Amino acid sequence: MRACVVRTGVANIASIAAALTRCEIEPVITNDRAAIEDAELLVLPGVGSFASGMRAIRDAGLDGVIIERVMSGRATLAICLGLQMLARESEESPGVEGLGVLDASVTRFPEGVRVPQFGWNCVASESDTAPFESGYAYFANSYRFATAPAGWDAAYTDYAGAFVSALWRGRVLACQFHPELSGPWGLRLIRRWARAEEVSPC
Amino acid sequence: MLTRRVIPCMDVRGGRIVKGVRFAGLRDAGDPVERAIAYEEQGADELVILDISATSEGRGACLRTVAAVRAALSIPLTVGGGVRGFDDALALLEAGADKVAVNTAAVERPVLLTELSQRVGTQCVVLAMDVASSEDVDSWEVVTRSGTVRTGLDALEWGVRAQGLGAGEILLTSWDRDGTRQGYDLALLCAMSRRVRVPIIASGGADSSAHMLDAFRAGADAVLAASIFHDGDTTVTEVKRSLASAGVEVRS
Repeated sequence: MRACVVRTGVANIASIAAALTRCEIEPVITNDRAAIEDAELLVLPGVGSFASGMRAIRDAGLDGVIIERVMSGRATLAICLGLQMLARESEESPGVEGLGVLDASVTRFPEGVRVPQFGWNCVASESDTAPFESGYAYFANSYRFATAPAGWDAAYTDYAGAFVSALWRGRVLACQFHPELSGPWGLRLIRRWARAEEVSPC
Repeated sequence: MLTRRVIPCMDVRGGRIVKGVRFAGLRDAGDPVERAIAYEEQGADELVILDISATSEGRGACLRTVAAVRAALSIPLTVGGGVRGFDDALALLEAGADKVAVNTAAVERPVLLTELSQRVGTQCVVLAMDVASSEDVDSWEVVTRSGTVRTGLDALEWGVRAQGLGAGEILLTSWDRDGTRQGYDLALLCAMSRRVRVPIIASGGADSSAHMLDAFRAGADAVLAASIFHDGDTTVTEVKRSLASAGVEVRS
């Protein structure tokens, strides 16, 4: 089993590659449009700013294929900034257009909490359709979706109020947290996403 | 609710963990990959590797250590030591670091923090700061080059400035307490946590979970320790159990 990992400029690609390898998935790091279009599994990572991530995607001419994959529900795992770039826009980079697959805007955490949010926080998956069980996941973010866009299932986490920690539809799973850094819980999530397995009831 | 973090730190030289007191008198403290695996299993929330070698051969060895640790690890890894510019940071990220810590180079050229955060994101940039008590009460001075250079820079002002320049987190080490096991410098933690909004990792002086509890109460978001974990005096599991029973939210 192989997964294409989109090269979105500088990112913690080595950690994603290591996590995929531990899940017996061969990582192929690329920004080749045809490879990304054809990939059985696609990982859209991202650290860095909204503007730099979007620029990397547009410069490589990948916006169309990523939008098409997500709209048609093909197996795609978006991580952190990868999730945020699916939005229309972000407070982080005013005036920069996102991929616009999600009808939502990304906003900064409110005053009163430390930013960035660094560390492990609880992801509550109350929905029957959740592709993971509730657990602790590792976050490193200053921006987030305050509410879920229409047409998507969501899990929530609390940091100065509830925010969207994951969205899913079809075989698209978009996480605000880093499954590749979330220990055995995160590796289980990646395995299930890759093999389209359902979460067995406890 | 965001949990408080417990972070083992490995000072690495020549592919081995070393540990000293006030950055001197180094002794061998084990294999980094073996220790990293053990710490993750014990429930460590992150790991920090500080490369304390001074030569370019040492740097190459450190990159190999980072890659080997990353292959075995599924929690976040921060790496620092000798990061002078973007190319050094990139090499560490490509080897498997998730965050890069900068120390002396940022003091000498503060705009480095901005250069890094613009290219890799604020959440990737950790300002590591070694500080020593000043003669004035509740005042601390930044020291560099393993504690050998007193910079005259006020630690609290430097923290605020670094946050504005792009640091996403502060790894705050008390040089006075490093390796002494006398407990963290609580006045320092308290003062810094009031001045900055980015998370603070307390470092230097931990001997027990009671010290860590004090650090969290003083305003730390995470606690870092080396000697007590490397020497096997306690485990991350035991520490987190004690913290939880004292009412601190930790990941179980």
